[in-house]
Amino acid sequence: MNISDLPILSIMLAVPMIAAIICLFARAHSARILALGATFVNLVLGIWLWQHYEIGGAQWQFVESAELFGPIGWKLGIDGISLMLIMLSVFLMPICIGASWYAIKERVSEYMAAFLLMEVLMIGVFAAQDLMLFYIFFEAGLIPMYLIIGIWGGTNRIYASYKFFLYTLLGSVVMLIAMIWMIQQAGTADIPTLLNYDFMPAAQTWLWLAFFASFAVKMPMWPVHTWLPDAHVQAPTAGSVILAGVLLKMGGYGFLRFSMPMFPDASAQFIWLIYGLSMVAVIYTSLVALVQQDMKKLIAYSSVAHMAIVTVGLFTFNQQGLEGAIIVMLSHGLVSGALFLCVGVIYDRLHTREIDRYGGLSINMPKYAILFLLFTMASIGLPGTSGFVGEFLALAGVYKVSTWATLICTTGIILGAAYMLYLYRRIAFGEQKNMDAAAMEDLNGREFWLLTPIAAAVMWMGVYPESFIAPIRDDVSKIVERVAPSTPQLDGKFLADDPGTAQYRVGANTNESSEGSAH
Amino acid sequence: MSSIEIIVFLPLLAAIIAGIGNRVIGNVAAKALTTGALFVSTALSWPIFLSFVAGGQPAYVEPILTWVQSGDLKFDWELRVDTLTAIMLVVVNSVSALVHLYSWGYMDEDPDQPRFFAYLSLFTFAMLMLVTANNLVQMFFGWEGVGLASYLLIGFWFKKPSANAAAIKAFVVNRVGDLGFMLGIFGIFLVFGTVSIPEILAVAPGYAGSSIGFLGTRVDVMSLICVLLFIGAMGKSAQLGLHTWLPDAMEGPTPVSALIHAATMVTAGVFMVCRLSPLFETSEFALNMITIIGATTAIFAATVGLVQTDIKRVIAYSTCSQLGYMFFAAGTGAYSAAMFHLFTHAFFKALLFLGAGSVIHAMHHEQDMRYYGGLRKHIPLTFWAMMAGTLAITGVGIVGVAGFAGFYSKDAIIEAAFASSATYSGYAFFIGVLAALLTSFYSWRLMFLTFWGKPRWINSEHIQHSVHKTPEEAEDSTGGYHPHESPLSMTIPLAILAFGAVFAGYIFKDQFIYAEEGGINFWAISTLDFDVGLIHAMHAVPLWVKLSSTIAMLTGLIIAIYMYLISNDAPQRLAKTFQPLHQFFLNKWYFDELYHFLFIRPAFWFGKQFWKIGDVGIIDRFGPNGAAYVVKYGSALAVRLQSGYVYTYALVMLLGLVAAISWMMVR
Repeated sequence: MNISDLPILSIMLAVPMIAAIICLFARAHSARILALGATFVNLVLGIWLWQHYEIGGAQWQFVESAELFGPIGWKLGIDGISLMLIMLSVFLMPICIGASWYAIKERVSEYMAAFLLMEVLMIGVFAAQDLMLFYIFFEAGLIPMYLIIGIWGGTNRIYASYKFFLYTLLGSVVMLIAMIWMIQQAGTADIPTLLNYDFMPAAQTWLWLAFFASFAVKMPMWPVHTWLPDAHVQAPTAGSVILAGVLLKMGGYGFLRFSMPMFPDASAQFIWLIYGLSMVAVIYTSLVALVQQDMKKLIAYSSVAHMAIVTVGLFTFNQQGLEGAIIVMLSHGLVSGALFLCVGVIYDRLHTREIDRYGGLSINMPKYAILFLLFTMASIGLPGTSGFVGEFLALAGVYKVSTWATLICTTGIILGAAYMLYLYRRIAFGEQKNMDAAAMEDLNGREFWLLTPIAAAVMWMGVYPESFIAPIRDDVSKIVERVAPSTPQLDGKFLADDPGTAQYRVGANTNESSEGSAH
Repeated sequence: MSSIEIIVFLPLLAAIIAGIGNRVIGNVAAKALTTGALFVSTALSWPIFLSFVAGGQPAYVEPILTWVQSGDLKFDWELRVDTLTAIMLVVVNSVSALVHLYSWGYMDEDPDQPRFFAYLSLFTFAMLMLVTANNLVQMFFGWEGVGLASYLLIGFWFKKPSANAAAIKAFVVNRVGDLGFMLGIFGIFLVFGTVSIPEILAVAPGYAGSSIGFLGTRVDVMSLICVLLFIGAMGKSAQLGLHTWLPDAMEGPTPVSALIHAATMVTAGVFMVCRLSPLFETSEFALNMITIIGATTAIFAATVGLVQTDIKRVIAYSTCSQLGYMFFAAGTGAYSAAMFHLFTHAFFKALLFLGAGSVIHAMHHEQDMRYYGGLRKHIPLTFWAMMAGTLAITGVGIVGVAGFAGFYSKDAIIEAAFASSATYSGYAFFIGVLAALLTSFYSWRLMFLTFWGKPRWINSEHIQHSVHKTPEEAEDSTGGYHPHESPLSMTIPLAILAFGAVFAGYIFKDQFIYAEEGGINFWAISTLDFDVGLIHAMHAVPLWVKLSSTIAMLTGLIIAIYMYLISNDAPQRLAKTFQPLHQFFLNKWYFDELYHFLFIRPAFWFGKQFWKIGDVGIIDRFGPNGAAYVVKYGSALAVRLQSGYVYTYALVMLLGLVAAISWMMVR
């Protein structure tokens, strides 16, 4: 049997699943080691997957198909977009386990099992090729996250987990109804088939809205974002990393995989809604981030602003916008994950998230200050880091569609710089006004090795993003082709030789053009 | 490896090693490594520049690595070398190398030296990436990279709240400009389908007269693009409106001010306009805007510079003003004059800043000129260096014979403004002459307050701190404090820059501002739009025009001599007579207060409202909390109904029965 015939995706699902079950019966320390081992195995498998993924080959690769009960089939397979998001998941997972190594002291085996289950479900979401299977993975992902926040979270964890659950579940119920209708209508639950199925325009509208209800919450888009700051604040560090790093990407993935190619007409029809909400989100949440006193809340609000760039980027319907949006998703996964880890590092020492309790950390924690600065700059979108490539491409795509949206969303780069640098200043710069913060030790070996791989990935994606764009290129162009007939053009239209603007030109005869400039 | 790759990447390598590995290699090695790298880069840069001066050397592009390919949007890492690049290479590397050397002495007592040197080298790398960019996105990379380095260096003394505030301000205000730059790049990509500079410049003229939708209106394509790009240039080059960060940036160590906020980074905007000059040539609207904003900045900054008492702030406003000169030169079509002024300005302004640093070093970190006086005899080398810089910036020279560096470049700008046919060139010419008068006045004021008169430094807190005396206890106005000349590591850079301030104009004038064979060949191998007609007209202006700037300079000098050397109380009397105007200038035209009121306070206010009222008060209240309330209240209601009393149930049953029967009967 050839090695490439192995059901690699099933194996990637099985490894953490089996490890999770064993973890439940293991003691604390062995559970830690087992979880780390299993996530590393999956990372290795993921790298193998990436290496053997044939760029420019078949759209769906590593396809597996088996009958399951009823209409649900065990159908797995990935395209480039799925591949990248799976890579993000398996890359962050060992880091999460490492971040929880000492921070979690109670019910360690259950905690590790919950994380491993989370990994199963994340990979499942990105690999599922059956609508029902996708739904199960997508919704089941709520459960471990709910437990992680509700059991290992902070003081107000019950409220946060309840809010998280309520928000995300409400949207999903509507989506389930839409999915059942779709399966009946098209006669199949096979996602690749559905991608090319033309639903009636009238039906598309309702289906689109049903999916939107779920994805907008997951994204999260304004105004259904308020679960995110609470969930982040209460979640343990690793929970925040996975939440920001991967769970928020499921909304974007949903838009990309379902809403746009399956309901292209409706997508074009609702572009105003997406743009409107995103524009509000960029300004609104950035300003809210500016006044936060809680580090985690600040980064959570900044996530909402970044995700708004993803949504506008996706709904440009052009290559730059989509590729940019996907890179923002990957970049944000790394950067916000790293920022939450940075918060976790100092939280573990001082047990407070209040920004004013820190200050002058550059003096006693120089290594920490450098890495934190790097991630701050990546979050701001400094060229040379991953954040820039994504935002630049996404906004370049948006400009083709709407200059208003571009202008508003690009102000995010100003506001983003303001709140992130203000945060960095209050934590790392200034006098060492708090003695306990001044006595904190610099990164230890474990923390250093959690952060540096992410730093390397951020730089890699910033300097040579081709590694990440190449696998998604064909898949993005397929989506672009699919939605091409509905592609909107709002106000950025280019017109050659327009007499209306002649007065601005060098050597123009102003007498001639004065009549044309009236309109 | 080609020499341009070494020039660009050696500083980066040195910055990384010094920044991350300084604990391993030690302070001295980190400093030696970065300084050495910069001297190597400088040594390799001059031959490139001289080969372009000599002529016959073609422009070339050195590919490095693919960067982004997304659909038809493609840009790579690549190094472009042409005349414009070569000019910037020598400016950036020479000044940077000298500033590195100078910092050995200036930062000698600082506990954090490797970090400082690493930042300086990092800055140099970013600046070099900017000037070698062959596409707009790489230029933006350098643009933001120098912004980062500037942020880090302004906030280098990060314990000081004022330094932190200045650092953030610099970054955020620059980002406002970057917003314009980014939108400009997006527009260029939309219209031209490429971001490669030579490709854009080749096709740009053909697009004149096309229109594009922008924010709901239709506008001229080229004007829109050029204005957006120029907004970016305004941010980086501290032009009126986006200038507020530059004076505050003086919170950084003085060598930083010399390198970043005088000689190199702040000229990036001018460089960009010159690099893209064929593009700007297609839009009269944009050129007029550049002229007006440049000229207005020149006069605005000069008026503020007249009354400042902090030696570094005077020079900072002077820089702002000189940048205004460069912009209106570009706006009136004299790009080569703008580049020439950039070139000479780099030498004399870096010299003035480093000289000021030497004064500050001698005066125990006192920066207020009111507490200087009579320093000429104490620090003679610094004095002579500053003198060379002042002669250069005020443009001392004899028409038709010879002069200091600024004499050639500033006069070229003023004459070009006169000769140009652009709509607002008259305004630019008038402002240029007037600002020359003010330049001369504030430059000499600085010299007289610092180096002439009697020592006044016992009133300085820094000095009191040093000699442990109050003014009452002191026997004379020096308090027994004797300023000492700076070490060799600081005076050697001063001497080299002074050489540049004296001779850079005379030596290179033929290439930069003469339309003979030398100049035409020099500029032909660059993207700069060299207007031969304008250059000829510029040299043929009437004699009174040529003399006007010299007369302005002499007038300023005479007023300064009267006010600060002859009269005892003229400055005070004048300030009293024109008190509102004096306050207006002293408070920098109230820009900071205005912006605080217009932007910063509302931003925080809205942030708080959105959070407390929007998120908590509305969304949560009617969203999840509301849902929970409904469930809770609803179940309470249901509980009350299930009372368990038979008569309640009987009553409800009866009522129901009655209702059902009456409904059937009515039907």
